[in-house]
Amino acid sequence: MSALVTRALALAVLFAAALVLAVGVGAAGVPIATVIDVLAGGGDATARAIVLDLRLPRALVAILAGGGLALSGAVFQALLRNPLAEPYVLGVAGGAAVGAVAGVVFGVARFAPSAVPLLALAGALAAITLVFTVARRVGRALDTRVLLLAGVVVAAFFNAVILLLLTYADVESFRSAVFWMMGSLSGSTWGTVVLLAIYMIPATALLFSQARSLNLLAIGEDTALYLGTRVERVKLIGYLVASLAVAVAVAACGVIGFIGLIVPHAVRMVWGSDHRVLLPASFVAGSIFLLLADTAARTIASPAELPVGVITALVGVPLFVSLLRRSSL
Amino acid sequence: MSTTPAFEARSLSYAYEHAHAPAICDVDLAIAHGSFCAVIGPNGSGKSTLIRLLLGAEPPASGDALFEGSSAHGWDRAELARRVGVVTQTEEIVFPLSVRELVAMGRYPHLGAYRREGAADHAAVDAAIATCSLSGLEARAMNTLSGGERQRARIARALAQQPRTLVLDEPTAALDVAHEMAIFELLAKLVANDGVTVLMVTHNINLAARYASHLVLLERGLVAAQGSVAAVVERGRIETTYQWPLLVQPFAGPGPDTGAPQVAPLRKEES
Repeated sequence: MSALVTRALALAVLFAAALVLAVGVGAAGVPIATVIDVLAGGGDATARAIVLDLRLPRALVAILAGGGLALSGAVFQALLRNPLAEPYVLGVAGGAAVGAVAGVVFGVARFAPSAVPLLALAGALAAITLVFTVARRVGRALDTRVLLLAGVVVAAFFNAVILLLLTYADVESFRSAVFWMMGSLSGSTWGTVVLLAIYMIPATALLFSQARSLNLLAIGEDTALYLGTRVERVKLIGYLVASLAVAVAVAACGVIGFIGLIVPHAVRMVWGSDHRVLLPASFVAGSIFLLLADTAARTIASPAELPVGVITALVGVPLFVSLLRRSSL
Repeated sequence: MSTTPAFEARSLSYAYEHAHAPAICDVDLAIAHGSFCAVIGPNGSGKSTLIRLLLGAEPPASGDALFEGSSAHGWDRAELARRVGVVTQTEEIVFPLSVRELVAMGRYPHLGAYRREGAADHAAVDAAIATCSLSGLEARAMNTLSGGERQRARIARALAQQPRTLVLDEPTAALDVAHEMAIFELLAKLVANDGVTVLMVTHNINLAARYASHLVLLERGLVAAQGSVAAVVERGRIETTYQWPLLVQPFAGPGPDTGAPQVAPLRKEES
């Protein structure tokens, strides 16, 4: 138990450090003392504008989206009993991308930039509906293999739609569509934070409450059933709530890869597979990872911004490989 | 002890979708509390399906599958899991998991979603680990165990549920003689000393005949014979069901099971 407390504290310290870094570092550096001052209600107008209007909402979006993606990844891996599962495995990203790319290509983005996340969300919801309808129609219960295949097929279809849309795009929209698909937190406002939080906080709590059932489902559906789990109910909650979490995360910041795949594995390698620890730890670790990745994306080529999805892959993959070499998966 | 049987089937039938013939057809049986019952029969005779129906994993197509007098499919799953421990045929462990973590999952039906493990839970896990001779292996990862150890860990998880009834689907498949005997001995001890009811599916007719008090022989979804070992393990019956010539001889002993009928399949004559 004390080992658990130590680890939780370590994670909390890392989280606080990442948050301070994300708010303090950027094109204009803000000293830690000033950051704390602003958060306490003081500081001059410039510092307040940078911290409160730009960096803090962006950091909160990173926390909610990064945490949500990592958590969903952990849930999908358990439900599908597949270490390769990741948040986009059920085609959510494809649907969201179709919505966003259509918005960009057809010029909606130029008149109303705030419509893009809503179009992405609509696309993601359409993808979820489609995948679940297909999986439900084939069998009475939610068959994991059918669901996985439905996700892959629907994702492939949406990919084709995206490519079709892009062939009609002019150079400028092409560029912004591709950038959207690589993920970015640059559009984060307090509005984004509120929209994310409204869904993500209850969803996270609901998924945490399924931890014991997920421990059993990760071994097998029959085993879970015989150990007292209402299997179909847990599967439905897990797939739906996690898919919707991915949908809102993608709507807020585009398709950010690798967090949902790598973070749960990294946590598992260090702390084991008990979902009562794995789920909360994955959420916090995913938050930390996206906070740091976004800070890097903003600062490395400053004043230009790199796509954050590129950073998560460039940094995440070597990190993961080194973890993989040191432990037996 | 009540006279309600642990498991009961009444004109029980079940068919898989798109199947030509029912997997289970008009089965009637009753398995008394405290008995050691073995279900035998050729591959595809419906043994696993029968078990799934008796455990309420599927609703019957017609007839009734009852556990302790009520419809097995209608039982609250957690309530059922506090009474019946199940060892399924296969389980694929994809993510790292220690032996103790696996056994401790047997406490979930007693804990629900939120309650933390207490002293009684730790004691039940310890006892199950000791009973299955897994002491010293608790911290080992499941995927580093041998087949025999892995199977004992899964039985330990069922025992940690502290159930009155144990159901095992081919628990000794792919185990060597010593590991197979160890599992039969363990089950026999649980029945004799703790009054546990055991229902197992097995392909080992000879060990079933020496350990079980009640046999059910399935053939293409029908009960070909059931009752005492002597009534079921009878040459003509077994030959017909398995479609293979064989001898039935009494077990030479020594031991309490001396005289139990033992099957020796014959080689087919050259034609």
